[in-house]
Amino acid sequence: MEHLIVIVLLSFLAITAVAVVMLHDLFAVVMLFGIYSLLTAAIFLVLDAVDVAFTEAAVGAGISTVLMLATLALTARKEKTSLRFAPIPLLVVTITGAALVYGTLDMPRYGDPTAAIHQHVAPDYLQRGPRETGIPNVVTSVLASYRGYDTLGEVTVIFTAGVGVMMLLGSSRRGTKRTRGKR
Amino acid sequence: MAWLGLYNYWIVIFLMMAGFYVVIVRGNVVKKIVGLNLFQTAVFILYISMSKVQGGTAPIVEPEFVVYSNPLPHVLILTAIVVAVATTALALALTVRIKESYGTVEEDEIHRLDKSF
Repeated sequence: MEHLIVIVLLSFLAITAVAVVMLHDLFAVVMLFGIYSLLTAAIFLVLDAVDVAFTEAAVGAGISTVLMLATLALTARKEKTSLRFAPIPLLVVTITGAALVYGTLDMPRYGDPTAAIHQHVAPDYLQRGPRETGIPNVVTSVLASYRGYDTLGEVTVIFTAGVGVMMLLGSSRRGTKRTRGKR
Repeated sequence: MAWLGLYNYWIVIFLMMAGFYVVIVRGNVVKKIVGLNLFQTAVFILYISMSKVQGGTAPIVEPEFVVYSNPLPHVLILTAIVVAVATTALALALTVRIKESYGTVEEDEIHRLDKSF
């Protein structure tokens, strides 16, 4: 039953992705991408990943959409190129996809408790996590305690990206006139 | 019905290839960034699909539950989502700069202005 819900949501996701690929109105594309992110969050919720679900709903569907809309306001709303049939990219994509599908054939089936991924450190974290850190949510205890350095690295990446955005947009506002004068 | 257990992975591959196709074919830079995001989200779904255990619940330990889904992919993907947004923000900032310098965000027009192709 649970898997049925996942299958239906995944099918919706595929349809939304096709619409995103086909459309030319970028405003519609960004809005559909927001729906796509929200559907992804719903799938994560059904798949027991509650922390990931609300991060995706807030960050993926919220912040990403706002950032893209702001960019559209500063650039162009419509895509200029007409949809031309491109056989070579389609062939490349199909071959890559077929190779990947072949690769999935011997992967563990959905929800298989004997899969290799569930045998190594995960049971250890589930047993020791709440006892050692005092937090019942194992995702939080791994994120903030056992793998705290990874999270520090993540913060470094966000900081670097933030500095990059500020340098790109901040200096351009001051230097716009000078650059235009040169051209 | 054994193939149904692989349905998640196949949809993931379809989404990935849709994003890949957009990145190759479309000339608009914003559309390319949306394509990259499609690809990234597909990877997230791949990881979370693998973490699911049949009959399990969310990995928040309570005495009344015995089976939990694997928390480790959740941690990895939490980090990945935030990093994905950071890189998207940087890419969009670059797009705005390209628009300011070239007056367009279409790839072929930028190449024509640069005389690079």
